[in-house]
Amino acid sequence: MTAIVQFENVGLRYGTGAETLSDLSFSLTKGGFYFLTGPSGAGKTSLLKMLYLSQRPSRGLIRLFGEDLVTMPRESLPRYRRRIGVVFQDFRLVPHLSAFDNVALPLRVAGADEKSVEMPVKEMLAWVGLAERASARPATLSGGEQQRVAIARAVITRPDILVADEPTGNVDPDMANRLLRLFDALNQLGTTIVVATHDLHLLGRIKSSQIIRLEAGRVDDPTGALRYPPKRDLAPE
Amino acid sequence: MKLDAIIPFLKTPPSDARLLPEGRMAGPMPWVIAIMMFLTVLAAATGLSLASAAQGLDADLTGRLTVQVVEANPEKRKRHTEALTRELGQLAAVASVRPVPDTETAAMLKPWFGEELNSSDLPVPALIDVSLKSVAAADLANVRRTVRAVSSSARVDEHAQWLAPLAQLLSSLKWIAVMLVILMGCALAATVVLVARAALNSHRQTIEVLHLLGSTDAQVATLFQRRIALDALLGSAIGLGLALLTLLLLKYRFSALGSDLATDFGPGWFGWMLIFLLPIIGTAVATGAARITVLNALRKML
Repeated sequence: MTAIVQFENVGLRYGTGAETLSDLSFSLTKGGFYFLTGPSGAGKTSLLKMLYLSQRPSRGLIRLFGEDLVTMPRESLPRYRRRIGVVFQDFRLVPHLSAFDNVALPLRVAGADEKSVEMPVKEMLAWVGLAERASARPATLSGGEQQRVAIARAVITRPDILVADEPTGNVDPDMANRLLRLFDALNQLGTTIVVATHDLHLLGRIKSSQIIRLEAGRVDDPTGALRYPPKRDLAPE
Repeated sequence: MKLDAIIPFLKTPPSDARLLPEGRMAGPMPWVIAIMMFLTVLAAATGLSLASAAQGLDADLTGRLTVQVVEANPEKRKRHTEALTRELGQLAAVASVRPVPDTETAAMLKPWFGEELNSSDLPVPALIDVSLKSVAAADLANVRRTVRAVSSSARVDEHAQWLAPLAQLLSSLKWIAVMLVILMGCALAATVVLVARAALNSHRQTIEVLHLLGSTDAQVATLFQRRIALDALLGSAIGLGLALLTLLLLKYRFSALGSDLATDFGPGWFGWMLIFLLPIIGTAVATGAARITVLNALRKML
């Protein structure tokens, strides 16, 4: 088991205020499935921001794909961002692009030619049940449909890490199950999944998943199971 | 043939199509650039025409002298004229000497004295046109000495000296025009910076998404610079077209003046070439300014 993400004593402070996140030390193993839970304001979105390279920590060490993120030059970040799929809580669909073009965006950003874009995008839209809505703009889609477009966009490149912030918040239970199965299928293919959620019903659905619980900006990990190597592996039998 | 096909740089790849929502000629920028280009072309054409006129004036007058033989006695005047023509023609510095025929002098004076002018009634100075090979002060002094030696009453008039204030005025106007062109270029760049910043703000959400999906700064900057380059090129073409129409009208008006100085008013072939380059230079300035502005703004994001 290789660690794909390692946090060591990471702290995050916005401006001169108190630390939003403090002393985060955990690791995510390649191919793992993680649920990030905690009450509102615990710092889940801030932690995800650091995971999808939108925010550098104020202190500590973050290693991503074996590289030190804290000292990584800014010019190198796009290369790593392309290996991370993100489902934003507010979807962040490009408003003037159709559902098809929104889903195609990561492929186009990565320089894929148009011929190789059409088929996977259509397949992905069909998978999330939006084949008929391919030409619709976000403003004409319901909240749940927008969320599915956002998910399709995040997974279209089969990223190494998928980060999803409340991905089932706006969909009915059937669609939530369907999306979770999609995440699980991706996970089986080797993608590391991190899902931030308030929905406790989701937690037991993926058997091999681990839970990262955030409390007041700190990871609640009394057993050290989230450390790499996990403390339980180091402890004597 | 479409403009995109003419300039490959401006061709939007399908992958970038529609990433920025506005269509071409949307917003005020192309029209602002059209107005600026119109004024720039007029200023440039004026400057280049003045430079051309000043150059022509210089070429016409440099080394040209007129010797006036001011002598009341017609016989004596004729003798002095012949002697001066002979003596001046032997000087090494003199390229040509031409005594102006009396009929020519009478024609010049006709507007003031009418048809009835008779040299015997009114003593009119005899004129000798002299062209020097160079404008060296020593050669001019030599000519003056020779003239004085033959006729103490003869005068040497340097053509350049009479029209020097006009040449200086033309030169000043030319530099003012050059300054205007430079200032318009700076204003164009400043306008593009403002437009690019406004566009960045209005498309911030799209840019952030592109950024987080792994777009490089260069990819995002290319989207903006291509859009701005197209707007600038279209605006410049409109401005150039309107300015050319205005210049044609002005040329027609100048021709109607019937003045020797005004009929040749125009920037010359080299000037026209520069004028037709202005939209390309303007587009390059706009594109460069847009790229620098967008890259600087993007560097503030992680």
